[in-house]
Amino acid sequence: MTSDTGVESSVAATSAGAAQRRMSTGRAGDKIFANGALGSGVLLLAIMAAIAVFLIWKAIPALQANEANFVTDQEWNPNAAPPTFGIAQLAFGTVISSFLALIMATPVAIGIALFITYYAPKRLASGLGYIVDLLAAVPSIVYGLWGLTFLVTKMDDVAVFLNDYFGWIPLFGGDSVGGRSIFTASVVLAIMILPIISSISREVFAQVPTANIEAALALGATRWEMIRMAVLPFGRSGMISASMLGLGRALGETIAVAMVLSTAAGISIHVLKDGGNTIAGNIANSFAEASETGRGALIASGLVLFLITLIVNMGARAIVARRKEFV
Amino acid sequence: MSAKTAPGPAPSLLGSISPGRKIKDKVVQGLVYLAFVIAMIPLVSVLWMVITRGVARLDMTFFTKSMNGVAGRDAGGGAYHAIIGTLEQVAISTVIAVPLAILTAIYLVEYGRDKRLARVISFFVDVMTGIPSIVAGLFILALWLLTFGFSFSGFAGSLALTILMLPTVVRATEEMLKLVPNDLREASYALGVPRWRTVCFVVLPTAFTGIVTGVMLAVARVMGETAPLLLTIFVTKAINNNPFEGPQGALPTFIWDQASDPNTNAIDRAWTGALTLIAIIMLLNLAARMITRRRKIASR
Amino acid sequence: MAKRIEVSGLHAYYGQVHAIEDISMTIEPRSVTAFIGPSGCGKSTFLRTLNRMHEVIDGARVEGKVMLDTEDLYGSSVDPVAVRRVIGMVFQRPNPFPTMSIYDNVAAGLKLNGVRGKGKLDEVVERSLRGANLWNEVKDRLSRPGAGLSGGQQQRLCIARAIAVEPQVLLMDEPCSALDPISTLAVEDLVAELKSQYTIVIVTHNMQQAARVSDRTAFFNIAGTGKPGKLIEMDETSKIFTNPTEKATEDYITGRFG
Repeated sequence: MTSDTGVESSVAATSAGAAQRRMSTGRAGDKIFANGALGSGVLLLAIMAAIAVFLIWKAIPALQANEANFVTDQEWNPNAAPPTFGIAQLAFGTVISSFLALIMATPVAIGIALFITYYAPKRLASGLGYIVDLLAAVPSIVYGLWGLTFLVTKMDDVAVFLNDYFGWIPLFGGDSVGGRSIFTASVVLAIMILPIISSISREVFAQVPTANIEAALALGATRWEMIRMAVLPFGRSGMISASMLGLGRALGETIAVAMVLSTAAGISIHVLKDGGNTIAGNIANSFAEASETGRGALIASGLVLFLITLIVNMGARAIVARRKEFV
Repeated sequence: MSAKTAPGPAPSLLGSISPGRKIKDKVVQGLVYLAFVIAMIPLVSVLWMVITRGVARLDMTFFTKSMNGVAGRDAGGGAYHAIIGTLEQVAISTVIAVPLAILTAIYLVEYGRDKRLARVISFFVDVMTGIPSIVAGLFILALWLLTFGFSFSGFAGSLALTILMLPTVVRATEEMLKLVPNDLREASYALGVPRWRTVCFVVLPTAFTGIVTGVMLAVARVMGETAPLLLTIFVTKAINNNPFEGPQGALPTFIWDQASDPNTNAIDRAWTGALTLIAIIMLLNLAARMITRRRKIASR
Repeated sequence: MAKRIEVSGLHAYYGQVHAIEDISMTIEPRSVTAFIGPSGCGKSTFLRTLNRMHEVIDGARVEGKVMLDTEDLYGSSVDPVAVRRVIGMVFQRPNPFPTMSIYDNVAAGLKLNGVRGKGKLDEVVERSLRGANLWNEVKDRLSRPGAGLSGGQQQRLCIARAIAVEPQVLLMDEPCSALDPISTLAVEDLVAELKSQYTIVIVTHNMQQAARVSDRTAFFNIAGTGKPGKLIEMDETSKIFTNPTEKATEDYITGRFG
C-alpha cells in the first residue's frame, strides 16, 4: 500500500484542488456530514439496544405464562395448555455440540494455518488460503442439505464404529447409535468454523517477527522446533481468541444443525445417539407451528442464545485486546 | 555436542541431526499436510454433490416457473419466485446497510478518533458481528411483526439481513479508510478543503475499490442466510414481486422447504437451488477477489 | 573449537536475481574477518550463505563450494539444520525470544540438542553469559523476560545464546548497527575476546569498527544497480586500510562513495 502513495497523492492533490474551486458552503457541509456520520454510529447503538429490549419485552409474557421452570426444565411444550417449557436440554445440546466442534476444528484449523504460512510454497500460499476461505463461502443451508443427504449416512457407520470400540467412554456410549446425532451436527459445525479459526490464526502467524523465526533457525532448529520456539508462544493468545470466535459462530449456527438432527427429548451425554437439539435448531424447526406463547418462548430461548454468544465473543475480544497491550 | 564425543575417525559435524528430532519434524510436517487434506474433503465433497446432483433439474422450467400448485412428489416446478425474492431482499438490505455502515465507519475513522463514543460504537460493532443470524431474525420478528404489527414480507427479511450486513461492512470500510495514508488528508487540508469534502473526494475514492470488495463479500454472506428469513418472510410457493407486501420466497428457504420433503423430485429441486445459490455467491466472491487483485497490480 | 572456511566459486541467486558472483576466499580460524562494502553489495547475503540461512527465503539457491575444514556445507548429505548448529549467527537487531526468560533464551539451543538436567544447563547458561560479558548484569534476574533488557544487553544475550551451543564459527550481521556507542564498545570488546575460541565473521557498515576489531577485511562492491555483488579484494586489515591494491577499495575507505 505504501508504493502507491506517490501516484495517489498527485491524484488527491488535483481532486482536492477541484474540490476547493467548487467549495462554497464548507462549514455547513461539514456540520451536516459530521452529524450524518455521528447519527449513523448512534443508530447502530440504538439497534443494539433495541435488540436486547425487544427480545426481553416479547419474551416476558410467555415466560409469565410458563408453568415449568424455564432454566431447569427439559421439555419444550410452549404450545400446550398450560404452556410448559425449559431451556435446559436445548442449552445443553447447543453447548456440547459447539464444544465438540471446537475440539475437532481447532487442531485442524491451526494445522492449516501452519501449513499455509510455513510449509506450502510461498507462491501458492494466498491461493491455498483462498481455497480454505471457500469453505466459509458455502452457505449453511447447503451444508445442511449435504449433511442430511450425504454425511448422515456416512456417520451411521462411524457412530457404530466409535460405539463398538470406544463405547466405554461415556460420551460415545449408549445403544442404538445413529447418524442424525449431536456428534454429526458437531462435525458439520466443525467444518463450518474451520475457516474462521484458520484465517485468524494465519493473521496471527503472519505477525510473528521474522527476527524471532531467524533466531530459532540460526540456532539449528528444525522447522517444527522453530514453530514451537518462535511461532506458537507468540501466537498463543491469538489462537485462543480465534477458537473462541469460532465457538461463538458454532453456538449460533442454526440451519445446518436443524437439518441434520432428528430431535428427541431429554438430556443425554451419549452424543452418538440420534436426537438432541439446540436452541437455534429448535427455533428454526418449531417456529412455523408456534402459537403466540410459542413464539414468545422461542424469543426467550433466542435471548439465552444471545447471552451465551455474547459472553463467548466478548471473552475472545478481551483476550485479543489484552494481547495488544502487551506485545 | 555429540560430534565431539563420537568415536571413530573424522567425525562428521554436518552429517545430520539426531534421528529423533528429524522424525518429529517429519511427523509434524505430515500432520500439517494432513490437516489441509482433511479440510479439503468436505469442500470437495460439498461442491461435487452440489454440482452433480444440481444439474438434474438445471433446466428452463427451474428458472422460469414457481412452485405454485406443485406438490413435493411432482416433477417440474421451479425457483423463479425464490430467486426474485432473494435478489430483491438482498438488494434492499444492501441499499439500507451500505450507506449506514459507511457513514458509521467514517465517523469511527475520520471524526471519532480517541473519542469515548467511538470506542463504545466500535465495541458494539464487534458485539454485533457475533450476533447469531437467528437472533437477528427473532429481533425483527419481535419488533417489526409483533410490536409494529406488520405482516410477513420480503422487506421484513431485508431488515433482518441488514442487521447481519451492517457490522461486516462497517469493519471492512474501517479497515480500508485506515489504509488511506494520512499524507493525503493533510495535503487536502493544507489546500483549505473542508473535512467533509476531503472525505468525499479524497479519502473515499482512494478506498473505493476496497469498500466495494467488502460490500460484495458481505452481500455474498447474507445471501446464503436462511434462519432469519424463516422467521420474517415466511414461506410461499407463489411468485410475489412486491417485497413490501405478503410472504415472499427466497432461495435459501426454498432449499429448506424442498429438503424437508422426502420425495426425490423435491430433493432434486433443493440441490438445483443449492447450485444456483452457490453459483451466485461464488461469482460475487470471485468478482470481489478480482477487484482486489486488479487494485494490487495497479498499485505496483 | 574453531574451523577454517574455504569458499570457492560461490554464486548466489534469489529467483532470477543474481545476488553475488563468483566469490572465493579463505576465512582463518581464531580470527576476526570483517566484510565491508556499500549497501546492497551482497555482503550480508554472502554471510548468510555461510550457514545456509539464505535458504529461509523462497527461491534462493547457491552454486559453488563452501568447505568447513574438510566438509562441504552444500554436500548432498548435509542437513542445513546441522550446519546452523555448527555455525552460529548474531543478527542486526537483537532478537531474543520475547516469550522466554533470560535463562531460557540462553538455554534454547541446548534444549534443542537434547541437553537436559538442571545442573548441566545452569552451568552452560552461566558460562555463556559470562562469555558474553553479561553475567554480572543479569545474574539476579535470570527468570525475567529477555525482552526487558536494554538494546546492548539484548544483543549480548543473543551472543550468549549463540555461543551456548559451542559453535565452530560465529557469523555477525552488523551486530552493532542498532546499538548506542557504549553498547557498541561492549560488543566490540566481546568480539575481541571471543576470537581466541571462535572463527568470527562480522559484516559492518562502520569502517572504524572493521579497522578496530578485525584481523582481515574483505571489500565487496557492485558494478551497478541490479548487478551481482563481487569480492573486490581481501587482505590484512591494516593493509586494506592503509594501502589497498584496488582503486575501488581506496575510494570506499576514504569515503568517496558508499
